[in-house]
Amino acid sequence: MAAATVADPRQRDPAWLGRAFWIGAGVALLVPLLGVTEFRPWILFEARGLQVTGRFLASMLPPAMSAEFLALVAREAWRTIAIATAGLSLGLALAVPLTLVSTRALSISALSGDMARGPFVLRLAVRGTMILLRSVPELVWALLFVRVVGLGPTAGVLAIALTYAGMLGKVYGEILESGDAHAARTLLGNGSTRLQAFCYGLLPQNAAELTSYTVFRWECAIRSSVVLGFVGAGGLGQQLDNSMKMFNGGEVTTILLVFVALVAIADRASAWLRRIID
Amino acid sequence: MPTSFEPAIQRPRPLLERGGRAFGLLLGVAVLVVASFGSLDLQWGQFFSLPAVRAMARFLAEFIPPDTRPEFLLAVLRASWETLAMSALGTILAILGGAALALPASRSADAAAAPSYVLARLMLNVLRAVPELVWAALLLIAAGLGPFAGTLALAVHTTGVLGRLIAEAYENVPAGPAAALRAQGIGRAAVYLYATLPQVLPQLLSYSLYRWENNIRAAAVLGVVGAGGLGQMLAFHLGLFQLDKAATVLCAMLALVALVDTLSHALRHRLTR
Amino acid sequence: MRIELRGASARQSAAARSTPAALQSIDLEIASGERLAVIGPSGAGKTTLLQVLACALAPEAGTLRLDGQDPWRLPRPALQRLRRQLVLAPQVPPLPPRQRVVTSVLAGRLPAMSLAASLRSLIYPSDIPAAQTALERFDLAGKLFERVDRLSGGERQRVGLARVLLAPARLWLVDEPLAALDPAQAGQALGALTAGAADRGATLVTTLHDVEAALAHFPRIVGLRAGQLSFDLPARQVTAQHLDRLYARTQVDAARIRPAETAGAPVEAAADAPAQFLRSR
Repeated sequence: MAAATVADPRQRDPAWLGRAFWIGAGVALLVPLLGVTEFRPWILFEARGLQVTGRFLASMLPPAMSAEFLALVAREAWRTIAIATAGLSLGLALAVPLTLVSTRALSISALSGDMARGPFVLRLAVRGTMILLRSVPELVWALLFVRVVGLGPTAGVLAIALTYAGMLGKVYGEILESGDAHAARTLLGNGSTRLQAFCYGLLPQNAAELTSYTVFRWECAIRSSVVLGFVGAGGLGQQLDNSMKMFNGGEVTTILLVFVALVAIADRASAWLRRIID
Repeated sequence: MPTSFEPAIQRPRPLLERGGRAFGLLLGVAVLVVASFGSLDLQWGQFFSLPAVRAMARFLAEFIPPDTRPEFLLAVLRASWETLAMSALGTILAILGGAALALPASRSADAAAAPSYVLARLMLNVLRAVPELVWAALLLIAAGLGPFAGTLALAVHTTGVLGRLIAEAYENVPAGPAAALRAQGIGRAAVYLYATLPQVLPQLLSYSLYRWENNIRAAAVLGVVGAGGLGQMLAFHLGLFQLDKAATVLCAMLALVALVDTLSHALRHRLTR
Repeated sequence: MRIELRGASARQSAAARSTPAALQSIDLEIASGERLAVIGPSGAGKTTLLQVLACALAPEAGTLRLDGQDPWRLPRPALQRLRRQLVLAPQVPPLPPRQRVVTSVLAGRLPAMSLAASLRSLIYPSDIPAAQTALERFDLAGKLFERVDRLSGGERQRVGLARVLLAPARLWLVDEPLAALDPAQAGQALGALTAGAADRGATLVTTLHDVEAALAHFPRIVGLRAGQLSFDLPARQVTAQHLDRLYARTQVDAARIRPAETAGAPVEAAADAPAQFLRSR
C-alpha cells in the first residue's frame, strides 16, 4: 500500500467550513426575509379572518351559471384573446425592425474583422432599448397608458406591444445569431441590402424557430392580458377584479374556470402549431 | 442507350399550394388578427391626435426630474427591500413546495398512472395556470393587505411552475443509484436524499434562479392590488398624480430587476461549474 | 446467509413473453459464508441471477429461499428487513456524479441508519474513518473527498466495491467488479472483496467475465449458459472441456485461455485433465 498517504484517522471534512458558513448565512438572511414580508402563517387561521375566508370559499360554489353572466364571460374571454393577439401583432411589427437593426448576423461592417464603432454603438443602443422595454413590467406600462388614453383595451394592447417587442426582439436576435449565418454573410458580402440578406439568407432556415417562439409568446400574451385587466384594460381580468371586489365567489369561480380552460386550449393549440411547424 | 444521365428536374410545389394546411393556417392567423383589431374599440385617435400627443408630452415631462429627497429615497429603499424579500422568500417556498409536489407528479417509465400522479399533475397545472396577480388578489382575502399575500401568491404560482419542471427532472434522472439503494431495503426518504436529490440539484437550482428573475418582476407589480412593496407605492403615487415620485419608484424597479438578473446569472454560472 | 434456489425461472420485466426466459429452471444451493463466482458468456443470465438472489426480481417459476424463508411470501415490512441484510453492487457503479466519494461510500451503511442519522450524515459525514479504511483496501486512500465524476472509470468501480464493505449485509452480490480495472487492480480488488467477506462471514456471489481471476480467487465456480446451469463445481475440478462447453460458439475462444507453449510451463495435452490456468508469477 502507498506509504505516502497514510491517512489521519481523525480526518475532518474539508468542505465543512464552507458549508457551515453558508448554512449560517442562509439562516441569518432568512430571519429578516421572514420579518419584512410579514410572514405570519398563523394569520390565515385567525378566527375573524377564517370567517371571512370561509364565507367567501362557501360562496364560490356553486359557480354562477346564469345565461347572461355566461354570455358576459364569453364576450370578455374573446376580448382577452383579442387584446393579446392585437398586442402581440403590434409587438411583432415593432420587433422586426429592431431585430434587423440589432442582430450581429446582419452586420456589414463585421464582415471583415470587428464591427465598426458607429454600428456597434447603434446596436448597443437598440439592444438597450429592448432591455428597457422588457424590464418594465407590463402592468406598469398599462398603468401609465391608462393615465394617457383612459381605461379600456388600448392601454392593454399598447402595454403588451411594448413589452413583447422587447422580448421578441431579443430572442429573434439570438435565434438569428445562433443559426448558420453563412448564407446571409455571403449575400451581404456580394452587395445585397440587409433586408434582402435577411429574407433570402436568414429567414428560410430560422423561420420554424422564429414562428415557434412567436406562438409560445402569444400564449403568454393571453395570460398577460388577463393580468392587465386588473388595472382597467378590460377582458376577463377586469371582470374578475369586479367580482372579487363584490365578494361574489360564484362569479369568481366561473371566470377562473373559463380562464383555466382558455389557457389550456391556447396551450394545446400552441403545442399543436409548433409541432406542425417543426 | 440512355439519352441523359441527369434525373428529370423537379420543380418545387408553389409555396401556398403545398398542402392546403400552410395556406389555411396563414389565413386563420390573418383572420384572427384582423378580427382582434376590429372587435376592440381601440382609441387610436386618442393616442395619435395632436392634442393627445401634446398631452402625452406634458405627462412625460412631469416625470422629470424624479423626486430624490432623502426621506423619500429611504421610503423607496424600504419598499425595494420588501419587494426583494417577497420575491426571494416566495421562490424559496416554491422550491420546497415544488420539489415535494413533484414527487407524486413524477413516475418511472413502467409504472401505471396512479391516482396520486393524476391529482398531483392536475394541482400543479392549476397552480401554474392562474397568474401571480390573480393569486394575490384571492389571497388578500385570507391574508389581508400587505406583502404576506404577495409572498404566498408568488410561492403558490411558482410551485406550479417549478413542480412541473422538477417532475420532469425526476423522471429523467438515471435510475441506477436509486435502484441500488432500494435493493438494500433503504427507505424512500433516504433513497431520495442520497440518490435522486444529488442528481437533480444542479438543474433544480438553475430553474429556481431563473424563476427568481421572473418573480422579481412579478413581485414589483403585485403591490398594485395591495400586496405591498414597490407596486403599492407606484399605484399610490400614480393615483395622486405625483409623477416625480412615481418616476423614482420606476427607476428603483428597473434597478432591482437588473440586480436580480445579474445575481441570478452569476449564481447559476457558479453552481453549475 | 443461506440460499436455496429450486427450479427458478426468471425474466427481465422489459423482455417480451415470446423470448426465452433469462433464467431457466436453476437449482442452486449456497451455504452461509460461502464464496462463489458465476461465469459464462454475455447474455447468459448472470445479472438476472444476481437480481433474483437480491430479491429485486421475482422468479416467475420455482422458489427462492433465503435462510429458509421465501422472501416473496413475506409481508412488505419483513421483505424490507430482509433486503437490509443483503447488498447488490451493479456493474455500473451506482454513484451520483456530483456526490463526494465519502458520502457515496457511507451510503452503503444507510440500511443501519435512521432517517435523522442519514440526514445528519449528508451535512457532515458520520464515520469518516470507516470510509477511509474501506477505500484503503482498494488503494483509493487519497480520494476520500473527491467528487465522483472527477474519478476515472476504474476508480469509480472501486468506490462502488468499497461501499459493499461498509454495508451491514450478510449476503454480498457483486456484478462484474472488474470491468474497468487493469489486471493488477483486478487482483487486488478481488482479494480485498474476498478477504472482507471472509472476515465478516458473509456469503459472496460474484459474476465475472475473467475466468482466470475467478479460478484464482474463488473456491467454487458456477457456469451459466443461455439461462441454464452448465456446471457447478469446486474450482479445482473445472476443466478445459467444461469451459469449452460453456463458451462454445461464443466470442470467447476457450482455447486462448489455455496457456500456450511458454518456456518451462508444461502443457497438459489430455483434454480432461485439470486445466492449469495459474500462470507462474
